[in-house]
Amino acid sequence: MEVFADVVAWFTDPAQWDGSNSVPARLVEHLGYAAASTLVAIMIALPIGLWVGHTGRGGALAVNVANVGRAVPSFGVIILVVVLAGIGFLPVLIALVAFAIPPILTNTYTGVRGVDATVRDAAEGMGMRGWQVLRHVEIPVAMPLIMAGVRTSSVQVVATATLAAFPGLGGLGRYIVNGLAVQNYAQVVAGALLVALLALAVEAVLAAIQRLVVSEGLARANADAAAEARMTSTAA
Amino acid sequence: MSLSAVPTVTAQAGGQPGVDWAWIERNAGYIGEQFVEHLLLTSIPVALGFVIASALGLAAVRWPVLYGPLLSVTGLLFTIPSLALFVLLIAFTGLTIWTAVIPLTVYTLLILLRNIVEGFRGVPAAVRDAATAMGFRGVRRILHVELPLALPVVFAGIRIATVTTIGLVTVSSLVGQGGLGQLFLDGFYRSFPTPLYVGLVLSVALAVTADLLLLALQRALTPWTRTVS
Repeated sequence: MEVFADVVAWFTDPAQWDGSNSVPARLVEHLGYAAASTLVAIMIALPIGLWVGHTGRGGALAVNVANVGRAVPSFGVIILVVVLAGIGFLPVLIALVAFAIPPILTNTYTGVRGVDATVRDAAEGMGMRGWQVLRHVEIPVAMPLIMAGVRTSSVQVVATATLAAFPGLGGLGRYIVNGLAVQNYAQVVAGALLVALLALAVEAVLAAIQRLVVSEGLARANADAAAEARMTSTAA
Repeated sequence: MSLSAVPTVTAQAGGQPGVDWAWIERNAGYIGEQFVEHLLLTSIPVALGFVIASALGLAAVRWPVLYGPLLSVTGLLFTIPSLALFVLLIAFTGLTIWTAVIPLTVYTLLILLRNIVEGFRGVPAAVRDAATAMGFRGVRRILHVELPLALPVVFAGIRIATVTTIGLVTVSSLVGQGGLGQLFLDGFYRSFPTPLYVGLVLSVALAVTADLLLLALQRALTPWTRTVS
C-alpha cells in the first residue's frame, strides 16, 4: 500500500528531526508527562498501599479504587479538565496521576496483604518490629506485584497522555491528532507507530528493572502472581 | 482516503462549570442514540472476544505449551495504546465500525483468555477424574462438569473486559464512531461542559450496571457458590 511508502517518506524527512515539533522533542515531551505522572502516583499510592496492606485497615477501599478507576473513562475526564481549567500541564498532570494511582495502590495492598502469615510470624519471632517487618519482609515479598502495578500504570499513562494531545497537550499524540485534522494519514500512522513502540519500550524497560529489584528466590515463585496482577490492569 | 474531520481547535478555558439542564432535555434523543451506539460498540467486541478467547483458551488447556506464547502475544497487543491501534486500522477498514470493533476485541483477549484458562485449570483433578469414571468424555465433560466449575473465574474476566471496553469505546469517537465519546467531543468543541458531564455519568452508570448485571447472571448460573462465601 502506498501509505507505507508515505510513512517511510515522513520518517526520512529531515523536518521530522529538527525543532520543537521533531520526533525527539515530542518523544521527550511524552516521556516527561509519563514519568512525572507515574512518579507522583508512586509517591502517593505506594505509602498508602503499604500502610493499608500492613495494617489491614481500609482494604476494601484499596480494592474498590481500582474498580472505580476502570469504570471512569480517562478520555472524558482529560477533556473535561481542559474545558474547565484551560489547557495547561498541571490540570492534565493531575488527571493522569489520578488514573495512575489505582493499579499501584491496589497491587501494593494485595501484595503486602498476601504475604504468607507464617513468614510474617517468623519475622516477628526473630524480633522484628512493625516497620522492620514491612521493610525487610513484606516489601521484598510483595515486590513482584508492586512492580506489576507500576508497569500497568506507566503503560496506561503513555496511552492516556496520547489522548491528552486531543485537547491540546504536546507529546507524540500531536502527530495523530494533527494528522487527522489535516488528513495527513502518513503522519497519523507515524505517530501511532511511535506511540505503540514507546508503550512497548516502557513495558520492556520496567520488566528489566523488575528483574533487578525482585529477589532471586521470589522471581520464580511469584512469576504467576505478577502475571495475574496484570490481568486486573486497565487499558486506555 | 477520507478521515474523520477533526477540526483544529485551539483549546480555550472558560466553560461555565454548571449543568445546563435545558440542553439535556433538548438533546435527550441524541443522547439516547449515542448511548445505544455505545452499548453496541461494547457488546459486539466483548462477544467476539469471548468466542475467540474461548477457542484459544480451550486449546491452551488442551495443549499447555500454547499458553505462554498466547499470553505474550495478547499481552503485547494489550500494551499498544488504543488511539494508536484505532488510527492504524483506518488504512484497512476505513471509518467503518470495524475500525473500533477490531481493536476493542483485541483488548478483551488478554483478560478473557487468562480467566478462561485459569478457571479451567482450577477445576480439581479429582473432580475431572470422577467425571471421567462416570463416563463423561470430551465435549460433554467440558460442558457439564468443567465449565460450571470454571464459571466464577470466567465471569470475573467477562466483567473486567466489559467495564474496560465501556471506557475504551469513548476513544473510538476520534475515528468517527458514535457512542458517548461523541458527547465528549461536542463538549470540547463548544467549550461546554454539560455534554461531558452527561457522557461521563452515563459511561460510569453503564459500567456499574453492566458489572452488576453480569454478577447477577453469574450468581444465577452458579447457585452453589452462593452458600459458600
